[in-house]
Amino acid sequence: MPGLDTPLSQGRSLVHRLDPRARLLGLVLFSLPVALAGSLRAALLGLVLAALLLALARPPAGLVLRRLAAVNLFTAFLWVFVPLSAPGQALFHLGPLAYTREGAALALLLTLKTNAAFLAVTALVASIAPPELGCALQALGLPEKLCHLLLMTHRYLFVIQREYLRLLTSARARGFAPRTNGHTYRTYAWLLGMLLVKSWDRAERVHQAMLCRGFKGKFYCLADLRYQTADALFLGAALLASAAMILVGRAA
Amino acid sequence: MHISEGVLSAPVLLAGAAVAAAGVAIGLKRLQHERIPQTAILSSAFFVASLIHVPVGFTSAHLILNGLLGAVLGWAAFPAILVALLLQAVLFQFGGLTVLGVNTATMALPAVACAWALRPLLLSQRNGRAALGGFLCGSLSVFLSGILVAAALIGTGEAFQQAALAIFLANLPVTVIEGLVTAATVVFLQRVKPEILSSALT
Repeated sequence: MPGLDTPLSQGRSLVHRLDPRARLLGLVLFSLPVALAGSLRAALLGLVLAALLLALARPPAGLVLRRLAAVNLFTAFLWVFVPLSAPGQALFHLGPLAYTREGAALALLLTLKTNAAFLAVTALVASIAPPELGCALQALGLPEKLCHLLLMTHRYLFVIQREYLRLLTSARARGFAPRTNGHTYRTYAWLLGMLLVKSWDRAERVHQAMLCRGFKGKFYCLADLRYQTADALFLGAALLASAAMILVGRAA
Repeated sequence: MHISEGVLSAPVLLAGAAVAAAGVAIGLKRLQHERIPQTAILSSAFFVASLIHVPVGFTSAHLILNGLLGAVLGWAAFPAILVALLLQAVLFQFGGLTVLGVNTATMALPAVACAWALRPLLLSQRNGRAALGGFLCGSLSVFLSGILVAAALIGTGEAFQQAALAIFLANLPVTVIEGLVTAATVVFLQRVKPEILSSALT
């Protein structure tokens, strides 16, 4: 089971010191032209800009490379299948299907865009600690209930994961070894059912404890969000980058 | 089952965002303040459950469980899935901003629809009927999610036909496993704590 901690949100880099709201708005400005880019040049510019941004955030390289590999499993899948159905000039034949030059060009474009978007998300969103993310989203005008859900879901992820691992340990202690059979699926289903029952009961206790402490349906944000000159400069740069991608796309 | 950022076309992205926004709005409107801790902690449980890898032959698949999520949370499945996708972006950098709507809609829409349609079976006191309801709910919602993902790809362009077909076929064994696990979980919940199922469905 993958770890649920957020090592990328720890750091003192230039990006980490930006206001989380500015980082989220910057991601919006950057993501739209990347997602809609239709030319290789615009996508390549997006990839370069995102890589520069990530370099500024100075994340641990090994972790980013491992995640980059995971993201590119999907693009590898596109490289296999898209050129087989795109019409165009055949590079080579695979049985009745032709692997086309146009399809390969499209796969390249999609790969550049996906990686640019991944690098931008890694630089701008993964650098925000989840509690701050909830506050920032709420400050940007997202529904209060959604932000509460986000904050509390994240808060209990670790607790519930430990609970699940404890259940799994006790199943293993009784000789459970997962295989492809009905017994395995039923055991997982019962572990899952037990996890839901425990979560249900825990939620009741948590809610009662919240009421005891005077909870009236409002979370008070402890993160101190300050919009400063650096944030304004960053948003200006994001706007310029966005405009540059659109212009390069038009010119091509 | 995610589509990554930068693949889909603008009309598909917009349609997904519109469906997701409507679903999340309904889900939040029906979610009372005093139910937020419960919905959030159950969402954490589903997030953890989606990290479980079950063996399938020589490989393994992770559980999706959107059908069970729909049965337990009802309309709140929309905000719960949106939150899960946001957390995935923060924790693992999967997905992205512009595909958030499409990914929410493809997972949540079948979940809510199947749980609502199969309500009489899911809430049945008889184990056999509850198991049948659970199997159909679990497998159908994953099946329909696969169809929606394929539709989003095909809607983007004809170059994605083979990719959509491959995703659809790869999804089929998962639907069986999801059905089996959901069926057993529904029967378990019906025997141990029936209010978990009945709170959202009635």
